Amino acid sequence: MDRYRRRRMQNTMVIGLSIGATVLGLGWLVLILGSLVYHGFGGLSPAVFLEMTPPPGADGGLLNPIIGSLMLTILAVAIGTPVGILAGTYMAEYGKFAKLTVVVRFINDILLSAPSIVVGLFVYEVLVAPIGHFSGWAGGVALSLIVIPVVLRTTEDMLSLVPKELRESASALGLPRVHVIRYVSYRAARAGIITGVLLAIARISGETAPLLFTALNNQFFSSNLNAPISSLPVVIFQFALSPYADWQKLAWIGALIITFAVLALSITARALSASEKSS
Amino acid sequence: MVDVALPSGDTAIASSVSRTRVLARLHVSDVVFRYLTLTAAILVLVILSGIIVALAQGALPALRAFGFNFLIEERWNPVTEKFGALAPIYGTVVTSFIAMLIAVPLGLLIALFLTELCPMWLRRPIGIAIELLAGIPSIIYGIWGLFVLAPFLQRTLQPTLIDWFENVPILSALFAGPPYGIGVLTASLILAIMVLPFVTSISRDVFEAVPPVLKEAAYGVGCTTWEVVRYVVLPFARVGVIGGVMLGLGRALGETMAVTFVIGNAHKVSASILAPGTTISATIANEFTEAVGDLYTSSLIALGLILFVITFVVLAAARYLLLRIEKRVG
Repeated sequence: MDRYRRRRMQNTMVIGLSIGATVLGLGWLVLILGSLVYHGFGGLSPAVFLEMTPPPGADGGLLNPIIGSLMLTILAVAIGTPVGILAGTYMAEYGKFAKLTVVVRFINDILLSAPSIVVGLFVYEVLVAPIGHFSGWAGGVALSLIVIPVVLRTTEDMLSLVPKELRESASALGLPRVHVIRYVSYRAARAGIITGVLLAIARISGETAPLLFTALNNQFFSSNLNAPISSLPVVIFQFALSPYADWQKLAWIGALIITFAVLALSITARALSASEKSS
Repeated sequence: MVDVALPSGDTAIASSVSRTRVLARLHVSDVVFRYLTLTAAILVLVILSGIIVALAQGALPALRAFGFNFLIEERWNPVTEKFGALAPIYGTVVTSFIAMLIAVPLGLLIALFLTELCPMWLRRPIGIAIELLAGIPSIIYGIWGLFVLAPFLQRTLQPTLIDWFENVPILSALFAGPPYGIGVLTASLILAIMVLPFVTSISRDVFEAVPPVLKEAAYGVGCTTWEVVRYVVLPFARVGVIGGVMLGLGRALGETMAVTFVIGNAHKVSASILAPGTTISATIANEFTEAVGDLYTSSLIALGLILFVITFVVLAAARYLLLRIEKRVG
């Protein structure tokens, strides 16, 4: 009887602990989102989206970093998405059983979680140091190196889910491979591939480390990709660590904007892939 | 009849010519597309080797100047141009270790809750909420850690720890010093929160891969939930869980922004985990744009190379373990 009681107690304890751990994990999410809203929401106003970053002590907004971030994101997606999709296509369609595919998959998985600051260093060595100045192009390329692994992974996974009977029947009609891929595989996997792109955008919109020494920062409005360009994450980094209260306030507002943009993107991506699965 | 036959003969010839032409064009586009995709795939390999080569090249002056001592020298002095990587390496390893110490048990317990205890309708929402933690950008963790968590720890946990262990021999050194708020412990806690979703979601996936028959058999002979987990689920899922833990570790080692905010940036190896320290990534993020002199820059790039090599090894091991379990399940 004693033994029975001990086993039951042990069990209750572990169950209690695991419920406690779950509450703690969810509590953290609530805490972080809560303090973002608490510190940032009060400062949200049209001025945030319409005015430049101010010098300390003056009023201002986040217009130039928001525009800069959008430009860098578009550039990164424009470079990274085609490469990711094409490479994923090779792995799922042409080279399904090739040795190269296994190697690329392995390397890609490592790039997927490689430290992003190392990517920044690499781009600095290749695109900043030889040219002699920081630039928006370098920032976009650095971010695109983070887009590629995400898009490649989802593209390969999604194309592999397309039933091979579909491809075989298209081939039986005499369609060349390129048409089979374009008109059958891509169409069947479209929602999944778009999900991958959305996830990649969510991933890079908060990335700071690769931008620190590629795109650098810019106090003024600039849409010139050949010069240093401002971006939201870098501005948050700079403003949050500054001693000025109004800069810190703007940092919180920026953090709130990024977080909700990222959460909206990843929830959309999730909903998209869920609706695809059920249909 | 002839009038009609001739033109039709012409079109037959014409259409067969255009047919060959179309076929040839299709063939060309097929080949072009194939090589395009092949190039893109090879580009991924080029990127990785490019990273290694560029870092190694950039690190060369520092490695040549300091040699092996670079790894074991604590001094980091931009003025006299003497650089050693010991403090950042130590900080990286210690913060990641403490983070895993916290995140792994928590992650396993949450995975246990999600797979064994949680009512069906709650599983998806809770799982998604935990995964959203992984989606929050690291700079957000940084700003939250600096303005919310660090002051909180400074007022509550840190003084308590210092009081408790004041007279305990070894622990007093571990928890020594004034409560700064920022420091190694705060950075570790932030890392633990960031790594938690990775450990949780992979553990949940491998727990779910345990054949129900095994669990049902164990419940059938009267095991409690804990005993089923302890003697059936965990042994079955062990390799996968280790893979997930290594994946999380890879993340923790390379994490930059969140740590940069709260670590304190002191190039010092301290016994106390309440003291400020630094990590490889925080050092690079803080000093790279301000580094003057080739040797300084090169030393920072050498740090990046060390970081990349460490994470490469950890991540490769993680992928290998996860591949093994995928093969077994599939």
